[in-house]
Amino acid sequence: MRIILFAKRNIKEILRDPINLFFGLGFPLILLVLLSVINASIPPEANNPMFSIENLAPGLAMFGTAFMALFTGMLVSKDRTSSFLMRLFASPMTSFDFILGYTLPMLVMSLAQAAITLLASCIAGLELTGNLLLAILVTMLTSLLFVGFGLLFGSLLNDKAVGGICGALLTNVAGWLSGVFIPIDLIGGAFKKAAEILPFYHSVQAIKATLDGNFVEILPHLIIVLGYTIVIFILAIIVFHRRMSGDKA
Amino acid sequence: MNAITITNLSKKYGGFTAVDNLNLTIEQGELFALLGINGAGKTTTIKMLSCLIKPTSGNAVLLGDSVREHPQAVKEKINISPQETAVAANLSVIENLELTAGIYGQDIKTAKEMTEEMVSQFGLDGVRNKKAKQLSGGMQRRLSIAMALISNPQVLFLDEPTLGLDVLARRELWASIQALKGKVTIVLTTHYLEEVEALSDRIGIMANGKLAAVGTVAELTEQTGTNKLEDAFVVLSGGAV
Ligand SMILES: Nc1ncnc2c1ncn2[C@@H]1O[C@H](COP(=O)(O)OP(=O)(O)O)[C@@H](O)[C@H]1O
Ligand SMILES: [Mg+2]
Repeated sequence: MRIILFAKRNIKEILRDPINLFFGLGFPLILLVLLSVINASIPPEANNPMFSIENLAPGLAMFGTAFMALFTGMLVSKDRTSSFLMRLFASPMTSFDFILGYTLPMLVMSLAQAAITLLASCIAGLELTGNLLLAILVTMLTSLLFVGFGLLFGSLLNDKAVGGICGALLTNVAGWLSGVFIPIDLIGGAFKKAAEILPFYHSVQAIKATLDGNFVEILPHLIIVLGYTIVIFILAIIVFHRRMSGDKA
Repeated sequence: MNAITITNLSKKYGGFTAVDNLNLTIEQGELFALLGINGAGKTTTIKMLSCLIKPTSGNAVLLGDSVREHPQAVKEKINISPQETAVAANLSVIENLELTAGIYGQDIKTAKEMTEEMVSQFGLDGVRNKKAKQLSGGMQRRLSIAMALISNPQVLFLDEPTLGLDVLARRELWASIQALKGKVTIVLTTHYLEEVEALSDRIGIMANGKLAAVGTVAELTEQTGTNKLEDAFVVLSGGAV
């Protein structure tokens, strides 16, 4: 009950800011149009399928959810320095209530965003199959990674620093080291290694495998992403709980 | 019965002692005023009692539950109006009140009823659908205090509740607080002497983190050989009359 009430408040807080709406729902669409145009102008002889819609759709679905780290982090960080959260810290709300109350709205956002991005990809030529529904769910699951980053950095840093780390740094790392914007397999070497160690590339692969109906490949990629997610969530919960119980006021 | 029993309560920040070895009991239904100049340690005391910060040493027991061992149980019974206005900026007045009521476990029907009660008690009807951030400072403060009262707490902490209120709003708030006297245990901090005289049963004077004296107005003036609370306060805060 408390979780739902707090989640409702958080979703209002996010949606009442139009910039969030733009980055949350509109930005992946703009990229989709832009990169599709680029793809159309790549000559077929170049034989470079990296911006073909089958590759682009899962990449953008993942990249869009990277903004959940920014939304979550900003919200937590701003809340933390406000007296409003102090009031809630003195209320019977537990750290579990807080973490879930922050996470649920983000999952709803991810769900809406993934649905919009992937359905729009169908207009751009992606085949519309039942796998698309599953891919929306897989995208939502992988978005938890970013929600966790947001919770962690939002609990640690002020909102300016969160803007830098979650907004600029994390979205760039997630974009470049996942193969959305550059062909990682072509580049290879240390770059590919780094991409394979980090979770972002695996998020894209899990979504792509789902869209392709390549079900055996989903789990190996998903496990890596979820492993990172669990570790980051545990760290976030520890830090948040410490803040909350006044160990570090 | 005691509502609050404080024993050897201290808070240190590095080498600096913000609250120094507080010992105090407050009875159920009592309105206790913590009086002191800025930096005396009032807010730090309130924060320890409301489980927002951990004491460095010592303990406080509220209605049978210790802030150290059972903060969750303490939190169910208390509410606080923090020194800084504490409202959700992007929520309306009604939304702020209903959210708070729900968080303290009220069902939707009760929460709506209580919200209406608070709206009329604190003169918020004209702004009920306005976002909190669009309200004047005084109105925000009223909302913040209404959010502390909406949960029907057994112990209520009001940290400088009339800060930023104009004379009329201050008098209205005094009336609201007086209406709670006897029913709710209230710990109120202030540096307005007339507020203390108008409202409190007993007074604790804080200076430099220490509780310099505790008593009624009459006891404090007698103890210091003065005629007025103001003179007693100056003496006990370490000044010269
Ligand atoms: N988090 C903190 N870190 C360091 N010093 C603090 C902190 N909080 C309060 N203090 C210091 O403790 C003293 C008491 O502060 P406070 O309890 O806010 O006083 P009051 O509410 O009576 O004005 C002040 O000197 C203040 O600077
Ligand atoms: Mg204070």
